[in-house]
Amino acid sequence: MVKEKAVKSQAVQFKTSEKRSIWSHLPEIIATCAAWSAALVVTGVFVWILADVVRHGIGAISWTFLTAAPRNAGREGGIGPIIVSTILILAVCMAVSVPLGVGTAVLLSEYTSPASRFGRFVRRSLDVLAGVPSIVFGLFGNAVFCIYLGLGFSILSGGLTLSCMVLPILIRATEEGFRSVPNDYRMSAAALGMSRTSTLLQLLLPAAVPGVIVGLVLGIGRALAETAALIFTSGYVDRMPGSLADSGRSLSVHIFDLSMNVAGGDRHAYASALVLIMILVATNAIASWTANRWLGKRILTA
Amino acid sequence: MNSRLPPNSNSGKCDAGKCAPPPDGSAIDGSAIDGSAIDDGVCNSGAYTVGPMKAGPPCCVPEPWIQVEKLAVHYGPNRVLGDVSLTINRGCITALIGPSGSGKTSFLSCLNRLTDLIPGCRVEGRISIGPLDIRSASTDVIALRRSVGMIFQKPNPFPLSVRKNIELPLKEHGVRNRGERAEIVEAVLEDVGLWEEVRHRLDTPAQSLSGGQQQRLCIARALALRPEVLLFDEPCSSLDPISSGVIEELICGLRNRYTVVVVTHNLDQARRIADHAAFFWTTNGTGHLVEHGSSDRIFDAPQETLTIAYVGGRAG
Repeated sequence: MVKEKAVKSQAVQFKTSEKRSIWSHLPEIIATCAAWSAALVVTGVFVWILADVVRHGIGAISWTFLTAAPRNAGREGGIGPIIVSTILILAVCMAVSVPLGVGTAVLLSEYTSPASRFGRFVRRSLDVLAGVPSIVFGLFGNAVFCIYLGLGFSILSGGLTLSCMVLPILIRATEEGFRSVPNDYRMSAAALGMSRTSTLLQLLLPAAVPGVIVGLVLGIGRALAETAALIFTSGYVDRMPGSLADSGRSLSVHIFDLSMNVAGGDRHAYASALVLIMILVATNAIASWTANRWLGKRILTA
Repeated sequence: MNSRLPPNSNSGKCDAGKCAPPPDGSAIDGSAIDGSAIDDGVCNSGAYTVGPMKAGPPCCVPEPWIQVEKLAVHYGPNRVLGDVSLTINRGCITALIGPSGSGKTSFLSCLNRLTDLIPGCRVEGRISIGPLDIRSASTDVIALRRSVGMIFQKPNPFPLSVRKNIELPLKEHGVRNRGERAEIVEAVLEDVGLWEEVRHRLDTPAQSLSGGQQQRLCIARALALRPEVLLFDEPCSSLDPISSGVIEELICGLRNRYTVVVVTHNLDQARRIADHAAFFWTTNGTGHLVEHGSSDRIFDAPQETLTIAYVGGRAG
């Protein structure tokens, strides 16, 4: 009896589904269109910006431009010393923030429970830090590194200030990477009597590499794009830096200076922006390649 | 409720092929057995049939090995397992049966202190394996887990090659010699019947193996550490019938060599493989032990009403 009823209701459903017209598909069509157009808009904006930079900047780029020192406030000459300063600042920043960041992420994800007071406190602080305007970091860096620690306007001060800015992003992304590692690995490693440290080094860290790479990419992006914080800490002297204790101008500061303070500097500003984008792409590629090569190669998923 | 097995629980007899008495009648040495090939004769799935009690040799020499007294497990404020006292005999296969949520897995995790890893988990009571009080603070957990292997419900090989899956824990436990490791890898893969299937692809990802092969690899990985006790947490529940038959036979082959505790939802399987069975039930969210004894007694002549209903398929 009950069975018969079920069969009947199925038949009724089947009939209505046969009757479905184009109109009943409308919500689906709209949703598909909306998703596609959103994606197109985002990609479009990106392509537009890139095309604009390339169109205006490509003409000025030459070997001399990449190697020579700037003359006439950057209107003429090149950006050699500025590229060197940028890479040095980035190197200081990454050398400090990667070990600290991965260490903190390990502490947060593997050694504290998500609900613990300490973990919540650290996480909340990091989220607040990630949202602090860069000018505030600049002032902080100036007060602490340049003045209090006596490093002065230097690449070191700049890199250290940037690492304060990059750390929250790096830690949160790396932590996500660790959290996405299936708990099965931890359980089975523990059940095999593996110590926490070697589980971490042999299994979890390699498996968390995708998260580390996301953190690196976001962090490098933020560091390379930074202007405000660097003006206060690494200064804007455009000569070739002699050492890490020397002042140096980063590319973003250079672009800012050319487009804001130097009349007729636009052409070189565009060219510098293009170089900056290329450096960004190159460092991202190098960072992910190294992370994969060092750690990820151990991991073999089907 | 009887909290311990009687010293000579011959009330239930094993099926003929189930477990041969040790040749000299002495206690079986379940410890650190060389990982040589598993005796095929021990478990021939055709050799015993599901049926009434049969006369036969006594079921394993009952040398109490794992002793659990008044065990209780809490997850936060919830008591998930309470007042469990159970003795598990050395060299025997003990099946834990009962509905989901009756604390069988929690019980199992207490035996290798995997409960330490669960946040908010609190364990009370006394557990000893042989002479070792495993809940004592001075117990070396790493050494404990080496001698008490565990196989999980879902096959969980590491995201490494087949070879590295076995080598990684070996290295961790100090097998530095490459040749020695290679020998162990071959021996344990041979033990679980995987050697012929994977010998030419030891360096391919373990996760590309089939589910049943992965589970056998996990067993091999546990065997490589030469444990005394093996805990199986529903080892077949995510596998197809053929693979689970293979695993079942494998577990049977471990009899007399290892002390085996198997959690299973498959009553027929429990009846086929186990020498002893313990039936768990849950009341108000707290699991407890209802009845335990030799597997024949639990399945063919259960005494508690709950057991009768569950084994007869009328409850749970």
